[in-house]
Amino acid sequence: MMSGHATGSERRVPSTLLGMILFISSEVMFFGSLFGAYFTIRGNAGAWPPGGTPELDALRTGLFSIPLLASSVTQQLGLLALKKQDSRGLIRWTVITILLGAIFLLNQGVEYAQLSSEGFTVSTNVFATLFFTMTGFHGLHVFAGLVVLGLIVSKARRGHFSAQRHGPAEAAGYYWHFVDVVWIFLFSVLYLLQ
Amino acid sequence: MATVDSPADFGIERRRSGLVDYITTTDHKKIGILYLYTAVAFFLVAGALALVMRAELAAPGLQVVDNQTYNELFTMHGTAMMFFFVVPLALAFANYFVPLHIGAPDVAFPRLNALTYWMFVLAGLTAFSGFATSGGAAPFGWTGYVPLSESTYSPSVGADLWIMGLLLSGVSGTLGAVNFMATIFGMRAPGMTMFRLPIFVWNIIVTSALIMFTFPVLTAALSMLFIDRNMGGHFFDPKVGGDPILWQHLFWFFGHPEVYIAILPFFGVVTEIIPVFSRKPLFGYRGFVFATLLIGAYSFSVWAHHMFTTGAVDGPFFSATSMLIAVPTGIKFFNWIATMWRGKIRLRTPMLFCMGFLFMFLMGGITGVFLASPPIDFAVHDTYYVVGHMHYVLFGGSVFAIFAGIYYWAPKMFGRMMNERLGKVHFWLMLLGFNVTFFPMFQLGLNGMVRRIADYPAETGFAPMNLLASIGSAIIGLSVLVFVYNFFMSKRRGMPAGNDPWEGYTLEWATTSPPPHHNFTRLPPIRSQQPVFDETQQAQRESRG
Repeated sequence: MMSGHATGSERRVPSTLLGMILFISSEVMFFGSLFGAYFTIRGNAGAWPPGGTPELDALRTGLFSIPLLASSVTQQLGLLALKKQDSRGLIRWTVITILLGAIFLLNQGVEYAQLSSEGFTVSTNVFATLFFTMTGFHGLHVFAGLVVLGLIVSKARRGHFSAQRHGPAEAAGYYWHFVDVVWIFLFSVLYLLQ
Repeated sequence: MATVDSPADFGIERRRSGLVDYITTTDHKKIGILYLYTAVAFFLVAGALALVMRAELAAPGLQVVDNQTYNELFTMHGTAMMFFFVVPLALAFANYFVPLHIGAPDVAFPRLNALTYWMFVLAGLTAFSGFATSGGAAPFGWTGYVPLSESTYSPSVGADLWIMGLLLSGVSGTLGAVNFMATIFGMRAPGMTMFRLPIFVWNIIVTSALIMFTFPVLTAALSMLFIDRNMGGHFFDPKVGGDPILWQHLFWFFGHPEVYIAILPFFGVVTEIIPVFSRKPLFGYRGFVFATLLIGAYSFSVWAHHMFTTGAVDGPFFSATSMLIAVPTGIKFFNWIATMWRGKIRLRTPMLFCMGFLFMFLMGGITGVFLASPPIDFAVHDTYYVVGHMHYVLFGGSVFAIFAGIYYWAPKMFGRMMNERLGKVHFWLMLLGFNVTFFPMFQLGLNGMVRRIADYPAETGFAPMNLLASIGSAIIGLSVLVFVYNFFMSKRRGMPAGNDPWEGYTLEWATTSPPPHHNFTRLPPIRSQQPVFDETQQAQRESRG
């Protein structure tokens, strides 16, 4: 899937990277629609958040966002290592990236459990529907990113990458950064802009 | 200069037995043929649903189906035609001909390409499987308006299957679009600059961009609807702060570009065919490219013209943007006609269908300008006037162009010409049946007949024109049978096509019919938009001189 057929001298951007950039732009439209729904519904509402919404723990979720943001840095460090012919460095940094992403997801799971024990679920009110849908889809994207990074590690261990052949690792990085950026917006809107 | 013909290439193609080969293939040509067959199969099914509807409407009273079944019929007719026929058929042509047009051996991601095809098959089967459940298929129209599509009013599992089918088709379409963009931008042959791309390829670029930017919006809207229906969500529930109009905004932000997704590829097909059958180069190449880009860009600013009667949108703004779209479309019409002007026109079946397209799409377009005016829209909203308009655009436009494309390209895809006499019978029957079916709908709409209702009282006086429309639909059905017979008969016994039966201009005619696995044994030099035409011209000059 990742190997395009090189036909001529005129190829400018490698297909893998171009494909990923285009895919991410479609993802922007997906999350954009969710944000559009959020602001439409919020714009209609009198009081926000509507009654029945518990206080969200912005501080704790904010702290647990640090590993996710840091994981973008570690992912990039792995790519830099690979470009210096250090594929062991790629594996090491990518594993760290996966661990950091997993920490973030773990906290999201704990937070969901706590909120639902307080009786706050998808059906509680319209904010709850938005909150769980938006963070839920983001969580799914983080999870998908972990799977992709896992594939990168397993491919790297079988020697698939080198300083010259780093397209898929770089494309996975683009995706991972995108998921990070989405979280910055989600966190700001859902936790800070109350 | 002899062209290289190597019959051995045919032998390599037939190594493995047909079925296994087609299931496991990642060859863009075979995937293109799979798309073609599957999309046409959905066309036949969705067309049959429409014939049942027309049978019901032929006279006042309920004779054929009950109200609930009728609701399922028009929902699945529209859904299948939009999602499982027109768009996949565009992907069929794009799969087969984009790599050939740009001189590439395949698409950028062949395995992803196979995945998108199989996801599309699964999507169609999922949506249709509602008919097999006790509650029946989705009954709320292809637009899925809330609150009708919420679980209170459409509790059946068929509605959820419809949502899942469309979700799958959305993901499939998005991945397919990414693949075509990466192919066109990354895999053009040496010399194939952007302004030498065939117009068909330009149209696939814009279509892919529209798919990439709008299908995810539908995916988001469908996800919200699913959460509302199955997890107690409140997105569209006004009782607790949700917003039913939100669905319409999201749906039409996707849905209006969707109708351009359903027409632009076929503008491309027509633009390939008209010059070849007029024996002239295309008039105004760059005008075409920029008009296509403009239509793509404008299409994001017109969605709310579907929502004038909600009173929740800015009528004058969306009216103006909608009418603006007539300008780039007008440029295209001008260029098509200027291409034909003083050409040596050959009235073969593909050209006939192109000319049918020009007339029918023009009527669809003009009635669309009327609809874009809010006062008129308020009067005819949700009447048969709208049904007439959109069938002139999507049937008179897209479907006529699809048949033009099939008659034009089947010789390349299968190596044999389609029967010309049967092709002409198909064309005239379809043109007649189409107009007899859909022209009365304009009048019925102006007289106040609303759509999506299984019955009408006899005293309304709607009956004669409805009967006429039903008779027309039977003629369309007959013409499609002629086509199906012609297609399969010609595929087995048609005249061998040779490399270039139409004296074409673009690169697909520089290889064998069907092309070998890697498409080209040699490429002509690419110095213009019509490399094959250039080469034959040069060969003629050399043989003379």
